[in-house]
Amino acid sequence: MEHAIAVQLKNITKRFGKVVANDSVNLEIRRGEILSLLGENGSGKTTLMNMLAGIYFPDEGEILVNGQVVTIASPKDAYAYGIGMIHQHFKLVDVFTAAENIVLGLEEEGKLDLKAASARITEICRKYGFHIEPSKKVYDMSVSEKQTVEIVKVLYRGADILILDEPTAVLTPQETDRLFDVMRNMKADGKAMVIITHKLHEVMDVSDRVAVLRKGQYIGDVATCDTSPQKLTDMMVGHAVTLNIDRPDPKNATPRLEVKNLTVYDAMGVKRLDDVNFTAMGGEILGIAGIAGSGQKELLESIAGLQPLQPGASIRYTPIGEGTSVDLVGKTPLQIKRAGVSLAFVPEDRLGMGLVGSLGMTGNMLLRSYRKGHGAFTDRKAPKKLAEEVKAELDVVTPSINFPVRRLSGGNVQKVLVGREIAQEPSVLMTAYAVRGLDINTSYTIYNLLTEQKMKGVAVIYVGEDLDVLLELCDRILVLCGGQVSGVVDARSTTKEDVGLLMTRFKKEAVEA
Amino acid sequence: MNTVMQHTKDPLLRIAKRDGIARPWAYTIRIIAVLLSLVVSGVFIFAVTKLNPLQVYEAMFDGAFGTSRRSWVTIRDAMMLLCIGVGLAPAFKMKFWNIGAEGQILVGGIVTAGFMRFFGGSISTPALLVIMAVMSLLAGCVWGVIPATFKAFWNTNETLFTLMMNYVAIQITSYCVALWENPVGSNTVGVINQQTKYGWFPSIFGQANTLNVILVMLLTVGMFLYLKYSKQGYEITVVGDSVNTARYAGINVKKVTIRTMAISGAICGLAGFIAVAGASHTISTSTAGGRGFTAIIVAWLAQFNTFVMILISFLLVFLQKGAIQIASQFNLNDYASNIITGIILFFILGSEFFINYRVILRGGKEADGK
Amino acid sequence: MTSAQIIQLLQSAIQFGTVIMFGAIGEILTEKSGNLNLGVPGIMYLGGIAGLAASFFYEFNNPDPNKLICLLLSFLAAFLASALGGLVYSFLTITLRANQNVTGLTLTIFGGGVANFFGGGLNTMAGGVGQISVATTSAVYRANINNLTNLGTVGSLFFSYGFMVYLAIIAAVVMHFFLNRTRKGLNLRAVGENPATADAAGINVTRYKYLATCIGAGISGLGGLYYTMDYIKGTWANDGTIESLGWLAVALVIFATWRSVNAIWGSYLFGLLFWVYLVIPNLGRKDIELYKMLPYLVTIAVLIFISLRKKQENQPPASLGLAYFREER
Repeated sequence: MEHAIAVQLKNITKRFGKVVANDSVNLEIRRGEILSLLGENGSGKTTLMNMLAGIYFPDEGEILVNGQVVTIASPKDAYAYGIGMIHQHFKLVDVFTAAENIVLGLEEEGKLDLKAASARITEICRKYGFHIEPSKKVYDMSVSEKQTVEIVKVLYRGADILILDEPTAVLTPQETDRLFDVMRNMKADGKAMVIITHKLHEVMDVSDRVAVLRKGQYIGDVATCDTSPQKLTDMMVGHAVTLNIDRPDPKNATPRLEVKNLTVYDAMGVKRLDDVNFTAMGGEILGIAGIAGSGQKELLESIAGLQPLQPGASIRYTPIGEGTSVDLVGKTPLQIKRAGVSLAFVPEDRLGMGLVGSLGMTGNMLLRSYRKGHGAFTDRKAPKKLAEEVKAELDVVTPSINFPVRRLSGGNVQKVLVGREIAQEPSVLMTAYAVRGLDINTSYTIYNLLTEQKMKGVAVIYVGEDLDVLLELCDRILVLCGGQVSGVVDARSTTKEDVGLLMTRFKKEAVEA
Repeated sequence: MNTVMQHTKDPLLRIAKRDGIARPWAYTIRIIAVLLSLVVSGVFIFAVTKLNPLQVYEAMFDGAFGTSRRSWVTIRDAMMLLCIGVGLAPAFKMKFWNIGAEGQILVGGIVTAGFMRFFGGSISTPALLVIMAVMSLLAGCVWGVIPATFKAFWNTNETLFTLMMNYVAIQITSYCVALWENPVGSNTVGVINQQTKYGWFPSIFGQANTLNVILVMLLTVGMFLYLKYSKQGYEITVVGDSVNTARYAGINVKKVTIRTMAISGAICGLAGFIAVAGASHTISTSTAGGRGFTAIIVAWLAQFNTFVMILISFLLVFLQKGAIQIASQFNLNDYASNIITGIILFFILGSEFFINYRVILRGGKEADGK
Repeated sequence: MTSAQIIQLLQSAIQFGTVIMFGAIGEILTEKSGNLNLGVPGIMYLGGIAGLAASFFYEFNNPDPNKLICLLLSFLAAFLASALGGLVYSFLTITLRANQNVTGLTLTIFGGGVANFFGGGLNTMAGGVGQISVATTSAVYRANINNLTNLGTVGSLFFSYGFMVYLAIIAAVVMHFFLNRTRKGLNLRAVGENPATADAAGINVTRYKYLATCIGAGISGLGGLYYTMDYIKGTWANDGTIESLGWLAVALVIFATWRSVNAIWGSYLFGLLFWVYLVIPNLGRKDIELYKMLPYLVTIAVLIFISLRKKQENQPPASLGLAYFREER
C-alpha cells in the first residue's frame, strides 16, 4: 500500500554557532505510517524535528507540506499545517489544569468555555484510548499523565502529523505499551507519525519505516520489516560495533561502601528511595540500572551527603588501604568529599550540577581544590596545570582553558566534569550518565578511565542508561525499581532480558496485587 | 546564496547569540551608545532651552570641574556612589538582588549621626570615627542579613524584601530626624557639631574629603581582589552561577548567602558613615537620596568589576553636577539631571544587546550592532 | 474615638488606597506577563505630570474651559504618557533583553526627573508651589454624589469620592475577569508562567508582553493622575511622595498575591495602616513616622508568609524577571 507523502524535508541545514546540528538532511513523512527517527544522542534528531515544529528555523533548505513549499517560523505556523510535536520536556504550565493547558493559545471564536473544551477532550480520549481528568492541575500529575495531556493537546488542535520526541524515556513498560497502542490507533486513523528514539526494540515494535541520522547527517531510510536491529545499529554508528569494552576481573575486592536501610523522601513528601541495602566493593564497577527516575539520582546524592535521610540509615565507608571505617550518615558533603567519595553527576542540562558555566576549565578545576592552603586567597597554579592535563588527555576542544565552559559543546563539557572527578583520586567514584551525549570514541575513553580507576582499587559506581554498556562494563549490576532494589546480578552471567525484567518487577507485583 | 533560499521566505530579522566578542568592539558599541544618548539629551535640552547644546555641555563641564571646590564635590559624590556600588558588587555577583542599599546606607547614617551627636566631645574624634565606622558597618550588616536569612532558609524573594526594608529604614530616619530636631520645629537635624567639628572627617593635605577618597579607593581595590582571587569570592561566583553546583562542591549556600549579604550591607552602611561624617554632617531621608538605586545600575553596568565602576560613577556624577549647573545658569530645575541620567542609562542598557547578540537580516547578511 | 473620626479615617484610607490600587493593578497585569517592572514609581510620576500638564495648558489658554475636554485631555495624556514609559521598558527588556530590575529602576529615575522637572516649571507658571493650577479639571475629578444629595454617614463613607475611586474598583474587577475567564487572559498568564510553553502553543509571547506592560503602565499611571488631580487637588509638589506611593504599589502587588481583586481591600488596608495614627491619641510627630512603617512591615510579613507556605497558586508568576529568547540553547 502506498501512503501519501505528508511532509518532505529537502537539504535542511541548521547550525548552532560553529556546531553543525543538521547537515543537508532529506526526509519524507507519510500518512498512515509510523516513522522512527533513529540516531544516537546528539545525532540531530530533535533539532531536525524542532524545525518542523517551528521552534528552530533552518539556516538552509526547504520544507514541503503536502507538496507545497512552506515557511514554518513559529509553532503557530506548524499547527496551521497540521504539525504537532510532543516534546521530551513537556511544555505545560504547572499551575494550569489539563483543560486550560490544552486550549492554551487557541484562536477560537467566542468566549473561553472550559466545560465545552473538557467534553471535547473526553471525546478525543475515548476515540484513541487515553485517560485524563480535564480539571486536574498539572503539578498534581504523574509523568505519564502529563505526556497524555501533551498528546491530547496536539490532537485537540486537529494535528494530523504528530512528532513524539523520545516519548518512552520516562515511561514504565506498561505505560509504553499503552502509548504504542494509542499510536497504532492514530495510525489507523490516517495520521502521519514520527517517533524519535534511540531504542532499537521500540523501533522494531512500533514503526513501519525507519530513518537514521548520524552526527547530523541523513544516512537513509528502510522499511522496518526489511531490516534488523543489527543492520540499524550499523546505520546508526557507521560500522558494526560489538561493544568490546575491556573488562579485567576485579582484584582484591573489599567492601568499600556498605549501605543499609536507606530511605529518602523528596521535598514534596514522595518516597524516592525505599529501604535500599547494598555493598559497593573497591576494585569493581557496580552498575546501577533502572528506568529513568527510579531513584538513581537520589541514591548517589544520599551517599554524597546531598539528601536528607530517614533515621536508621547507615552508610559505612572503609577508606582505601588501611584506615578505620566510618559512617557517612550525618556528615556534610564537604566531609564526605574529603574522605575520598567523589561524585560526577551529569545532569540533563549538563551545567546544572558540578560545573560553573561562566568560568573556564581552570576555574572549574578550582571547584575541588579552592579550599587548599591556609590563606584567604586561592591557589591558581595547580588547577591550571590540571586543566591543561585534562584538556590534553581527554581531547577537550576549547579555544583556551579560560574559555567559559558554558560555551563549549555538550560532549566537551562532560569531559571537563568527568576528567576533574577522576583526577581527584577518589576511593569511591560515582558517575551518573557519564557518556550521555558523547560520541563512541569518547565514550570508550571514559570507559577505560573508569576501568583504570577500578584496577587502582577504587569502588566505581556507574549509573547508566544503556543496558548493553552496563552488561559489558560492570562487574555487578544493581537494579532499581520504584526506589527499591529489585535485584543485584552478576554482569558476566546475566542477560539483558533478566535485567529488563528486574527493572519493572515491583511495578508488576503492584499491578497484580 | 544557493537557489533554494530564493523560494523560502525567511523572517525579516533573526537574532542569534554571539559566540564571543572582541573586547575593543564591545567598548566601541558602548561608546557609540553614550554618544547617541548625548545627542538625544542634547535634543531634549535644545527643545526646552533653545540653547546650543554644545554650549550647554560646556556649562555642564564647568559645573562639575569649573572650580577646585566643584571638582572636589564631584569627586566626593563620585566616591560615595562608587562606595555603594562596591558594596553591592558581591551581592549582585551572587545573583542576590540587593535593592536595599538605600536602607542600608540610612541605618549606617543614623548610627553615625547618633554617635556624633551624643559622644562628640566626650570621645576624641579619631576614636569616635573608628567607633562610628564600626557601628555603621554593623547596622548595615544587620539590615542586609535579615532579608538574606529569609532568602537562605525559605527562599523569600529578596528583590521585594530588600525594597521594603528601604522604607522601614526611611521611616526610622524620619523618626530620628524628629527626635534630634535642631532647631526645634525645623524638621531637620541641622549640621551636627558645626562649631566643634567633633566626629567629622579631618582635613588631610588641606582637603576635607581626602579621607573619603582614601577609604573608598581602599574598598574598591580590596573588593576587586576579594571577588577575583579570594576563596570566598570564588564561592560567590559559584553560588551566583549555579546553586546546585555549589551544593555539590560542598559549599554551604546558606552560609555564603548570609555572609555575602553581611559584607554587602556592611559596606553600604559604611557608605552611610562616609556620607554623614565625611560629607553632609547631618542626617535626613535624603542622605541616601536614591543613590542606593543608582549604584545598582553602576554595579550592573560594570559587571561587578570595581575598577570599571570608578568610570561609571564619575560619568553619572558629572552629569548630575553639570545638570545642576545648567539648571541654575539657565533657570531650570535640578531634576534635568535625572532626565539626562535616565536617557544615558537607557542607551547603555540597550547597547548590551548588541554586545551579546547579533542580528541577522533576511538573506543571511549580518548587521553588527548598528 | 468618635464616629466622625472613624469615618474620616476610612475616607483617608480609601483615597490613599485608590492611588496605590491603580499602581498595583497595572503592575499585576505587567507582572502576569513575566515582566517585573520596578519603574512603577516613575510611571506614576509620568501619569501625574502628563495629566496635569495637559489640562494646565488647556486651562491656561482657555479662560472658560470645557469640563469634558479637561477630563478627556488629562486622562488620555496621563494614560498615554505612562504607557509610553511602559513602551520604553518593554523595548529595552523584551526586544533588547536588558535586565528588568535595572531597566525598571532607571525608568523610576527618568520618570521622577521628567515629572519634577516639568512640575517645577508648571509651579513657576502657576505662581508658586502649592498653587492650584488646574481648578476646573481638578473639580471634575473631585465631583461626587454626596455633594449633590446629602446621604448622611452612608453617603460620606461610600459616595463622597471622585469617580476614579470607583473606576479603580471596576478596573480591578474587570482585570480579574480578564485574567481568569478569557482566552487572552489565559494566554497572558501562560506567558508569565512559562513563555516557552506559551510560544509552543502558538502564542505571540513578545506581543503579549509588550501589550500587558504598556497597558499595565497606563493603568499604573492613572494612580499618579488621581494623586495630582484629586488627592492633592490639582497641584504639584516636588516632595517625592509619588515615588514612595509607587513603591507601596509594588508592595501591594505582593500583598495581593498577584490577584487584582485582593488589591481592592489590600489597598484600603494599606491606607488604613498608613493613616491609623490619626485616631491614636497623644502621638508625637516622631511617633507618627513609626506608624507609617506599618504597610511595609505588613508586606514583609506577607512575603515571608507566602514563602513559608509555598502554595503554588500564591507564588509570583514563575518566569517573573526573566527574558525569553526562543533559540536559547
